[in-house]
Amino acid sequence: MEEKIEKHTIAVLVDNEPGVLARVIGLFSGRGYNIESLTVAEVNNADHLSRITLVTSGTRMVVEQIKAQLDRLVPVHKVHDLTDEGPSVERELALVKVAGTGERRIEALRLADIFKAKVVDATLTSFVFELTGTTAEVDDFVGLMAQLGLVEASRTGVVAMSKGPTGF
Amino acid sequence: MPEQKLTGAQIVIKALKDQGVDIIFGYPGGAVLPIYDAIFQQNDIKHILVRHEQAAVHAAEGYARSTGKVGCVLVTSGPGATNAVTGLLDALCDSIPLVCLSGQVPTHLIGNDAFQEADTTGITRPCTKHNYLVKDVNQLARTMHEAFYVARSGRPGPVLVDIPKDVQFADGTYIPPTEVKHKTYRPQVKPEIARVEEAIELIATAKRPIFYTGGGVVNAGPIAAKLLTQFVKMTGFPITSTLMGLGAFPASDPQWLGMLGMHGTYEANLAMYNCDVMINIGARFDDRVTGKLSEFAPGSKKIHVDIDPSSINKNVAVDIPIVGDAGAVLEDMIRIWKARQKRADQTALKEWWGQVEGWRARNCLNYNRTEAVIKPQYALERLREALRGKNHYVTTEVGQHQMWAAQFLPFDEPNRWMTSGGLGTMGYGLPAAIGAQLAHPDAIVVDVSGEASFLMNMQEIGTAVQYRAPVKIFILNNKYMGMVRQWQELLHGSRYSNSYSEALPDFVKLAESWGCVGLRATTVAEVDEVIEKMLAVTDRPCIIDIAVDPKENCFPMIPGGKAHNEILFGPEDSPSDATPEDGMVLV
Repeated sequence: MEEKIEKHTIAVLVDNEPGVLARVIGLFSGRGYNIESLTVAEVNNADHLSRITLVTSGTRMVVEQIKAQLDRLVPVHKVHDLTDEGPSVERELALVKVAGTGERRIEALRLADIFKAKVVDATLTSFVFELTGTTAEVDDFVGLMAQLGLVEASRTGVVAMSKGPTGF
Repeated sequence: MPEQKLTGAQIVIKALKDQGVDIIFGYPGGAVLPIYDAIFQQNDIKHILVRHEQAAVHAAEGYARSTGKVGCVLVTSGPGATNAVTGLLDALCDSIPLVCLSGQVPTHLIGNDAFQEADTTGITRPCTKHNYLVKDVNQLARTMHEAFYVARSGRPGPVLVDIPKDVQFADGTYIPPTEVKHKTYRPQVKPEIARVEEAIELIATAKRPIFYTGGGVVNAGPIAAKLLTQFVKMTGFPITSTLMGLGAFPASDPQWLGMLGMHGTYEANLAMYNCDVMINIGARFDDRVTGKLSEFAPGSKKIHVDIDPSSINKNVAVDIPIVGDAGAVLEDMIRIWKARQKRADQTALKEWWGQVEGWRARNCLNYNRTEAVIKPQYALERLREALRGKNHYVTTEVGQHQMWAAQFLPFDEPNRWMTSGGLGTMGYGLPAAIGAQLAHPDAIVVDVSGEASFLMNMQEIGTAVQYRAPVKIFILNNKYMGMVRQWQELLHGSRYSNSYSEALPDFVKLAESWGCVGLRATTVAEVDEVIEKMLAVTDRPCIIDIAVDPKENCFPMIPGGKAHNEILFGPEDSPSDATPEDGMVLV
């Protein structure tokens, strides 16, 4: 019987010290786990804490292993499985460059408006759009732009947070 | 009073003293000269000069495992650190507490491909429990104390501190260990009581129970081993252990079934296969132990006690996981067992023991006794008799001799048996024996070795001679990398590709050239004689070359990918169908 593959978003609070990201990434490559996306930035300047948001997939046993392995890294403060722990919001930011003229250019702008993307750079032959949304929304938008002169897309990967009043 | 400033090198030495270090194993070089200078100017910490950095780490492991203290290593930058890598990973795999200090090029040269520069923290990151690069001398004392705390807390392991040369020269402030508290690292020691209660209820209803214990009990300290013995006696259950856990429960006790796993006893493996309740304390369901996972103890409920949450449900799904220190959990188990006035199901237990005794009667460690050639098992049996009742420690190298030593040498106490279990590092035994001997100068320390493993770190005889460590290097010389040859017989049509030990030295002359005692046994009659002579040597190392049967294989054996009940007893069991196709790829 093949076990079901689950996708999980995991938030990790770590000391912002040299090598901490290498430890996390080394864990995934060394043990053969998947990383679908990973974002990291300092979130508490005074205590030098960084928050890593990871999207990974695997069987239930593998996901539990990933969390246990992350938790035993010495500079890790907390590991939270946002997928398991109830409703959460997940967002991704993308910059999408589209080049074209005439009807294609107008259509790109019209779609950007529907998706509530902002124009952050414009020339006579191109736009750079900024879009924030779920991974699926960003996928949809980039997919549509592919037909309208997509030059490149740059995405942050997922950042996520639990809903409700309690924090990390 | 103004705070006293110390140099980085002095801070290192002071931190070591405050952490109770009395011996450090190392090898000097350009990037650690300031620390060596500080060592020269004090008498509290004895430095042991090894002949290769790998051996420094193994020696520190031998010291740590035989004393329960943190082992300590000092190496230089670049090749000094890379040579130490194998030892560090060995300690990580076997959960041995170590602190390894490495020199580094000065901070302003880091990243410049300087002479003897290596990205030591990068290289050792997956080989250590944690590591540090100290760029500020004022962080040095704190980092040193943290390193010792991390090394010995929770699941122990090696910690490396990389110290650039300019930091060793710079002046900074020292802080004592009492002022250092780690920000994040707080491993869970006390178990969740509800889980322990659940476990006790399950244990009390068991019909075919077994204790399966591991290195975690040894690491939890001698008290944990005593508590284990107490609890096992209270329940009356059979007990087996992994290679790493030998000695935690006395081997002389009738409840002891011997080691389990690939070369474990028939009774231990069959009891595991047929049990209904498995009580795993401080073992990690390693592949050497489980064999074929889908047929591992198929009808059993499993309790797993481990201090490392990542060990739980990693290979085998368990019913009652308990995170905590083996000693703390056993204490709670005994307390609750008594408080609830539990008693094992005596009728079921009697029947179970009947079955177990039936398997035991198979006498699986029996071998073909002969006067014609020295069987390695015979040599170990004679060694066992000679060591009986004497204060002794045993280390091993890796291979057939290691498994025979595990099968034939009994240990009634923890911390007496040191072997490279997880990483399987040939060359481990001699330096580990030196470390154990220096920690226990009056004890007998024997490195049970093979001729091939011995060659891997034989330069360390020099260390043993220099410090008058009278280790006994007991070579079961079969002129083969025996375990490789055995697998080639089982899996590769007896094509002995590169497993013959060509061009061996004369080990007796080799011993004499170092000023050691060299002894050789080539006939069965000579075995007792050389063992007696070996034990009489107390002022220098002794190399014993035992010419054993070159064709002997290690049995019982569960071939890779097979279940516990598919055990091979000896050469009469057809090796051709020993291993299924999918088992071939397993090591």
